[in-house]
Amino acid sequence: MSGHMNLTLKVWRQKNTQTPGKFVTYKAENISPDMSFLEMLDVVNESLTRKNEEPIYFDHDCREGICGSCSLYINGHPHGPKKAITTCQLHMRTFNDGETITIEPWRSAAFPIVKDLATDRSAFDRIQQAGGYVSVNTGGVPDANIIPIPKVIADEAFNSATCIGCGACVAACKNASAMLFTSAKITQLGLLPQGQTERYSRVQAMVAQMDEEGFGNCTNTGACEAECPKEISLNNIAFMNNDFFSAKLFREEHAHDHAGGE
Amino acid sequence: MSEFKQTFNSSLGKKLIMALTGLFLCTFLIVHLGGNLLLFKDDQGFAFNSYANFLTHFPPIEVIAYLLYLSIIVHAVYALVLTIKNRRARPVGYAVQPKSDASWSSKNMGLLGSILLLFIVIHMGDFWFTYKYNNILGFKEYRTNLATNETTVSDYTPQVADFERSISTENNVEIVRVKDLHARIQSSFSHLWYVAFYVIAMGAVSFHLLHGFQSAFRTLGWVHKKYTPIVYFFGTWLFAVIIPIGFALMPIIYYLKSL
Repeated sequence: MSGHMNLTLKVWRQKNTQTPGKFVTYKAENISPDMSFLEMLDVVNESLTRKNEEPIYFDHDCREGICGSCSLYINGHPHGPKKAITTCQLHMRTFNDGETITIEPWRSAAFPIVKDLATDRSAFDRIQQAGGYVSVNTGGVPDANIIPIPKVIADEAFNSATCIGCGACVAACKNASAMLFTSAKITQLGLLPQGQTERYSRVQAMVAQMDEEGFGNCTNTGACEAECPKEISLNNIAFMNNDFFSAKLFREEHAHDHAGGE
Repeated sequence: MSEFKQTFNSSLGKKLIMALTGLFLCTFLIVHLGGNLLLFKDDQGFAFNSYANFLTHFPPIEVIAYLLYLSIIVHAVYALVLTIKNRRARPVGYAVQPKSDASWSSKNMGLLGSILLLFIVIHMGDFWFTYKYNNILGFKEYRTNLATNETTVSDYTPQVADFERSISTENNVEIVRVKDLHARIQSSFSHLWYVAFYVIAMGAVSFHLLHGFQSAFRTLGWVHKKYTPIVYFFGTWLFAVIIPIGFALMPIIYYLKSL
C-alpha cells in the first residue's frame, strides 16, 4: 500500500437544525490518492459505522459533477481548492500526506443545516419555481431548429445553463448572496427567443423570491465566479440587473402577470 | 408610488441607489480636483480664494452642493443597511477564512468607506464649515493694476461686521476683497500628522474607487465586451491613480513649502 495517505479531518458535526454544532477531529488513514474526496469520506464513515458511531452526513448523488448535490467547504474553498470542479471530482492527490483538512457546511441563513455537512438548499428551488421556466402551451410538435438563434447567443445561454444549482456561489460570497445562481437562470432564459415572453415578469418574480429567502446583497467581489464549479460568469449578474431595472422602471409587466395574478 | 417603493426596497434597488450616489460622488471628485489645482498657482491664493468665493456665492452650485451632501449621507446609510443585511445572511461564519480570489479592495469597501466618511467629516469641518459658518477666517485684499496686470496682496480688516466680499475698480486698479481660505490651508498643511491623515485618506479613495467605479457599472447592468474595458481603464487610471495622487500632492507640497 505504498503512496497511501494519512490525513487529519476537522469536520463540522451538528445533530440537527436546532442543536448547535461543533468541530470533531477524525483520522483518515490509508487513503488512496486516486480516491475522490467523497470516497475518502465514505472510508471514514465506514470505520465510524464499524465503531458504532454516527457516520458523517453529507449530500451527494451523481458523483460525476453534474447533479449539484455535493457541497462541502474545504479549507476555505467551496468544493475544495481546485478550480471548476465539484467536491465529487476532487481527488485526494490534491492534498499532502499528513495534512489537516477542515470541512464545513455552506454557511448561509437561507441554507439551514439539516445535519452535519448537509444543508437545506430548497431556497434555490423556490427561486427557480418563481419564474425560472418557459411556459409551453400544448400543440403540435414544432420542427427542431425552426427558430433561428445566433451562435453567440446560443453559446452564452448555454454557458449560463451549465449552472447546477449547488450553492457554491452563496458559500463563497462574503455576503452570502445568491445573485450568481439567480442571474444564471434569468440570463439563460432571457437570452433565448423562447424565454422572451416571460422575460420581464420572470426577473421580477425571481428577484423577489431571492430577497424573500434572506440571501445577502452582491458587492461584485467576484468570489462566486472564482469558486463556481461551472465557471458561471459574473456578467450574468449585470444581465439580471439590467433586465430588473428595465422591467421595474420602464415596463408595465408585473412580477406575476403570466400566472394570472395581480 | 408603492411600485417605486417596492423597487427601491428590493436588493437590486438598494444596490442601484449605492451605484448612482457613488457615481455622482465620482463626478464631483473630478470637479473638486480641477478647481483645487488653483492651489498650485503661485499667486498668494488670489485665484484659489476667488474660486472659493465663487463656489459659496453662486446659487446653482449651492443646489448641487446640497445634492452632494445628501448623496454622501444616502451612500453611507445604504451601505450600513446592506452590510447589516449581509451579516444577517450569514449568522454563523466559517472557521477557515475564505480564500476565494477576490481583490482586497472589493472585500474591504466598508472599512475604506468608513475611513472616507471620517475624512469627509474632518475635512468639511476644517474648511467648509470654517468658511461658511465660522468667523475666524481673515480677509485678503488683492489689488490688480489693470494696465500692468500686476497684483499686490495685503491683509484686509472689514469695516462692517457681516462683510463677505467686495469687488470694485478704482483708477484702473481692480480691488478684490475675499475671505482668506488659502491661509487656513497653509496653516493646516504645516502639521505633519494632518498631512499624513490626508495622504492616508487619499489612499482609501484610491482603493475604494478601484473597486467602486467599475462595480457601480456592473450594478447598473452596464457590462459590455466593448465598453467594460474602457470603464476599467477610467476606474483604474483616473479614479484610483490620477485623482488620489492629485489630491495627495496638495497637502504634501504645502507641507514642504511650510518647512
